[in-house]
Amino acid sequence: MSAENMNLTLKVWRQKNKKTEGKIETYQVAGISPDMSFLEMFDVLNEQLIGEGKEPIAFDHDCREGICGMCSMYINGRPHGPKGGITTCQLHMRSFNDGDTIVVEPWRAQAFPVIKDLVVDRTAFDRIQAAGGFISVNTGNAQDANSIPISKEDADEAFAAAACIGCGACVAACKNASAMLFVSAKVSQFALLPQGQPERKMRVERMVAQMDEEGFGSCTNTGACSAECPKEISLEHIARLNREYLGAKLTSQGV
Amino acid sequence: MSWLTQTLTSSIGKKLVMALTGLFLCSFLLVHMSGNLQLFKNDNGLAFNIYAVFMTTNPLVKTISYGLYALILLHAFEGLYLAAQNRKARGNQRYVVYNGKANSSWFSRNMAILGTVLLVFIVVHMSNFWFEYKFGYVPYTQYEQSLATGEVTSTPFEGEIKGKMEEFVREESQTRVVIVKDLYRSVMEGFKNPLLVLFYVIAMFAVSFHLVHGFQSAFQTLGINHPKYNPLLNFLGAGVFGIIIPIGFALMPLYFFFKSM
Amino acid sequence: MATSPKLNAKIPDGSLEDKWTKYRSTVALVNPANKRKLEIIVVGTGLAGASAAATLAELGYSVKAFCFQDSARRAHSIAAQGGINAAKNYQNDGDSTYRLFYDTIKGGDYRAREGNVYRLAQVSASIIDQCVAQGVPFAREYGGLLSNRSFGGTQVQRTFYAAGQTGQQLLLGAYSGLQRQVGLGTVKMYSRHEMLDVVVIDGKCRGIIARNLVTGEVERHFGHAVLLCTGGYGNVFYLSTNAMGSNVTAAWKAHKKGAFFGNPCFTQIHPTCIPVSGDHQSKLTLMSESLRNDGRIWVPKKKDDNRPANQISEDERDYYLERRYPAFGNLVPRDIASRAAKERCDAGYGVGTSKMAVYLDYSAAIQRYGKGEVNKLNIHDASAEKITELGKAVVKEKYGNLFDMYKQITGEDPYEVPMRIYPAVHYTMGGLWVDYNLMTTVPGLYALGEANFSDHGANRLGASALMQGLADGYFVIPYTIGAYLANEIRTNSIPTDHPAFVEAEKQVKDRISKLVSIKGKTSPEAFHKRLGKIMWDKCGMARNEAGLKEAISEIQALKKEFWSDVRVMGDIDEFNPELDKAGRVADFIELGELMCRDALNRNESCGGHFREEYQTEEGEALRDDENYMYVAAWEHQGESQWELHKEDLVYENIKIAQRSYK
Repeated sequence: MSAENMNLTLKVWRQKNKKTEGKIETYQVAGISPDMSFLEMFDVLNEQLIGEGKEPIAFDHDCREGICGMCSMYINGRPHGPKGGITTCQLHMRSFNDGDTIVVEPWRAQAFPVIKDLVVDRTAFDRIQAAGGFISVNTGNAQDANSIPISKEDADEAFAAAACIGCGACVAACKNASAMLFVSAKVSQFALLPQGQPERKMRVERMVAQMDEEGFGSCTNTGACSAECPKEISLEHIARLNREYLGAKLTSQGV
Repeated sequence: MSWLTQTLTSSIGKKLVMALTGLFLCSFLLVHMSGNLQLFKNDNGLAFNIYAVFMTTNPLVKTISYGLYALILLHAFEGLYLAAQNRKARGNQRYVVYNGKANSSWFSRNMAILGTVLLVFIVVHMSNFWFEYKFGYVPYTQYEQSLATGEVTSTPFEGEIKGKMEEFVREESQTRVVIVKDLYRSVMEGFKNPLLVLFYVIAMFAVSFHLVHGFQSAFQTLGINHPKYNPLLNFLGAGVFGIIIPIGFALMPLYFFFKSM
Repeated sequence: MATSPKLNAKIPDGSLEDKWTKYRSTVALVNPANKRKLEIIVVGTGLAGASAAATLAELGYSVKAFCFQDSARRAHSIAAQGGINAAKNYQNDGDSTYRLFYDTIKGGDYRAREGNVYRLAQVSASIIDQCVAQGVPFAREYGGLLSNRSFGGTQVQRTFYAAGQTGQQLLLGAYSGLQRQVGLGTVKMYSRHEMLDVVVIDGKCRGIIARNLVTGEVERHFGHAVLLCTGGYGNVFYLSTNAMGSNVTAAWKAHKKGAFFGNPCFTQIHPTCIPVSGDHQSKLTLMSESLRNDGRIWVPKKKDDNRPANQISEDERDYYLERRYPAFGNLVPRDIASRAAKERCDAGYGVGTSKMAVYLDYSAAIQRYGKGEVNKLNIHDASAEKITELGKAVVKEKYGNLFDMYKQITGEDPYEVPMRIYPAVHYTMGGLWVDYNLMTTVPGLYALGEANFSDHGANRLGASALMQGLADGYFVIPYTIGAYLANEIRTNSIPTDHPAFVEAEKQVKDRISKLVSIKGKTSPEAFHKRLGKIMWDKCGMARNEAGLKEAISEIQALKKEFWSDVRVMGDIDEFNPELDKAGRVADFIELGELMCRDALNRNESCGGHFREEYQTEEGEALRDDENYMYVAAWEHQGESQWELHKEDLVYENIKIAQRSYK
């Protein structure tokens, strides 16, 4: 069923902590099965390093099924590696060949400082969400769920935006380290739904202001974010964010 | 900060400035192109030279043109500022391996470089023609056009006239006489230089790439991205601004260069 | 049999229907001014934790929320696929609160409390209202109203869903509510923090010790009450559908500080997961239960048949579920489907390189749908290719994302060859014992969601985990916590230099130092794998007395070896995932022993707990209601020492019956 096992050369970014400089280290791994996931290949490497008395490589990962958004490796110049529409944990070694050299780096953005090796701090996303990525409805306030009919088209479109897993691949892929795709997904989801209307203007103004404060770059519409997004979130959401923002700025009460 | 300043200095606001100025510059290209097509007219430059006078004397056009210069500068410097800021957003440590071509086009990632080429081009272009025309020495030419046949003859004019152009009709010979600053001749002379021609052609490639991305990107920034209308925008962006206009402009230096050979 | 005096479930009196409504209206309240002075610690930010933290903050309490992930949004609730049950009866198909209650008790094989489960069914409808108001994009019909689908163990359509990502959407809804409170300053969020002990002062829980996973700093946090919303412990088996970080540590620390552990051996094994492909495997991936609607499960009739599936002719195939359970066929409940697959593989009929898999075949469904399409489209004399093509299109529409996921992981195309599936650990019904207020046996210490034992008995029905997590967080704890906190309004914040905090912190630090100083030869990961193998082989889908006894001694030996040979690389005062992992594995080892003891104690088969000695002649689970209709709550009394306390289960509203699916 599976092809021959592989030997690979890995060049991995090692960095002790936020303050120290990092560098690329080279490792060899042997006997990698094509059925392994990319992260399992890293498990093998880490066991090997522990055996040699060296410190294993720190990397973020959790669900290993492409939904938690924790894994975040920049592989051979692309976030989540060579295949589209998947996260690092869904990447399997059959996408590589025996003898390949693979370069693995952390997400790089001023707003995502490196914590250690391949682990970065993405709390900027949480702060953007806290600035306005919600509908202010206290528990118990809700009316019957079916009292607000929502067209299937809008519900589906809102879902497509809400599928964002907040992994940050958009920021990592963008040459400007822009977070527009992430922000647009949340703004879009709520702008499309009737529940999101009361706070619509305030939400977009606040989230964009927070995004700017965090030090993300601005969008130059290269489309790299959407091309690398594991959930394939469309650029149309960024257009909607632009509309929402400019519309809100022109018409909101805030002076 | 007032809401307006705050809006225009936000990341989206800056992009709005880029989009609006960019689209204005696109509209200028259309005007510039349609005017300059008169270079290809077989009248030794009569129509073109009259057009040049109109463009530099009409008060409305003059006002717009100063606005245009300001917007070019605004577009250029805001663009460079954004590029610097965006570069900073990546952080001090850049990627060791970066495979941008896997997810985006080269020109979309290099708008600042293309824009810088264009800025240099605009400076060269304006100093060659606009500056010379306004402040330097451009010879006068006297055109005589038969009112009956429309045939035009031209001779260098050595005398002095007031302003850039004088026009009258010689009743006796039924000819229209136009004495005008001959920018056409400057163009003709200028494009005998193969290096300048090459520079212009390269710059037009830059225009093409800059606009293929820029035109459609401006609409995206304005929030216009819809499957129904995207084909039209793509056609305008890639077809008109990416191909037809740059080719039209590039043909001008090439036309005079080969004509002079 | 009588309930232990140490266990008071505090089920309110009155009829089943009125218990909760009456209790809710009479439980003590805390006035708004006092709420501000009361601090609540919430550990874990999954559905239960995020919803509880947000709601308590809305009510005015001062909340501190902790999660070990880098963001509250990444808790493992996010991975739930199928849906969430609610007794809305939107489909007009006869659903009701009682029916949801009844299905849940029966599905749990009569090992859950009536009072708790009825309350769960009662609040289920409000959950959907709340989530929709938050902007959760549930699937909808063209008319704009909510869509439902059916799930295992029920005969009505009561499952609300958002494609195959329902857990994600619900969690992001709760997370957005949480972030709103973070923005308002009413919740202080501590991400990348792991709770390593609870602090008990004068018999009441008063705070936690947590480690900042980035700096390694050990911190003390005071709280008038502590809520553990830390999920299940399926990772004790090493391989499970849980996230890599899912762990028992918080619950286990609480257990060692006096919280009883309820029904630890009740584990749910999900029948349709992608099988293990080799020793490198780090986790298992679930394929939604919905696949059993159209797929047929089979193995070859011949032992050790190594031919590819499509070379095995129809009459050489054994559709064993259809053969054994003609009434329910491929749609028998999870525990039964899982055991049947194991039985076939153990008997030598398994498929694939590992021989530990069965086929889930869509070829019949493709043909059936293809012929249906041909009729619909009025195509006469359709070629076989055309039928197959149309059939594949229908299957793609219904299950495309699951088929893609299978292909991604295995590299095989499930449209062409049958999928290979095998059961995998998925959920743990057991957990910290809690009363009706969700309080553990330590006053002031609560457990919510999968972390408690309460609502699912011995087997959980599909789409009920999301319901329980959100019910606990949104609609139960905000009321029931008043019963305790109303008496705490005079308790001022206890300074964290109190000797109990100092002592707890010292213990935590000593343990960390110990782990790092052993400097043995074996990685925490390797120990975890070995523990998992013992648990899976001897306390997994089928258990027996001899095996469990062996497992207990093997685990005790493993524990000894761990504490003398573990190798933890890196330092204490830095980001160190190896150290985090080592601590978790150490706790899993201790838990594993307790699970085996609980399984050994329970001399019956019920739900997910199958003791080979207790089965009918046809190999079905044989319950012993006479002797085991109780919750086993284990009190920790020292190393490898536990005392069993029993809480009798009283069924006043439901007639107990044998489950049969034949």
